[in-house]
Amino acid sequence: MTLVNEPVNREQQKKKYCRFKKNGIKYVDYKNPDFLLSFVNEQGKILPRRLTGTSLKYQKKVTQAVKRARHLALLPYVTDGLK
Amino acid sequence: MKRKPYLCSPNYNFIEMLKNYETVFILNPVLSDDQMKDAVGQYEQLLKDGGAEVINVEKWGLKKLAYAIQHKSTGFYNLIEFNADPSLIAALEIEFKRDEKVMRFLTVSLDKHAFEYNARRRSGAFKKKKKEEVAA
Repeated sequence: MTLVNEPVNREQQKKKYCRFKKNGIKYVDYKNPDFLLSFVNEQGKILPRRLTGTSLKYQKKVTQAVKRARHLALLPYVTDGLK
Repeated sequence: MKRKPYLCSPNYNFIEMLKNYETVFILNPVLSDDQMKDAVGQYEQLLKDGGAEVINVEKWGLKKLAYAIQHKSTGFYNLIEFNADPSLIAALEIEFKRDEKVMRFLTVSLDKHAFEYNARRRSGAFKKKKKEEVAA
């Protein structure tokens, strides 16, 4: 008898990956709000990379792009029910 | 902080070093079409007078803003891509600030990836969505 917990069998726990690295995207465009929409939650807040899986290098670029888009009123600063 | 270029570097041109920039500005929706074209032409001319090479001018047309600016819910979006001497940017931004027709502006210097991306974007070989945006 062992005292070790049994491993939880999570179904198909997929490893997260950075979509920029995987697809070879080198520049995040702030002029494309539709794309940036996938990195904010429905209140318009930027999602943490622990959720999206984006690497640090590209998370910084995403953040920069979202902030630029907000300045140009392409994305809202605050809302509810985005998406 | 900008690093001074090494004077012995072969790339360093003593006369001027042009950098890649792009600027997006939002014009007041109250303007007539002619006034809008004038305003865009005026900034293009300003850049050319300052010794810049204008690469591309795009009019995205009347777009809805994500939030109200100056109690307006729409605006004319314009994009200008250009190569210019860094000292010209301050002059351009002062013009933007003085101009009441301009509701918002953003000038960004482009790195090599951004420049490549913009070249592809310009050629229209990107997404269909982009093309519609440009045409609209």
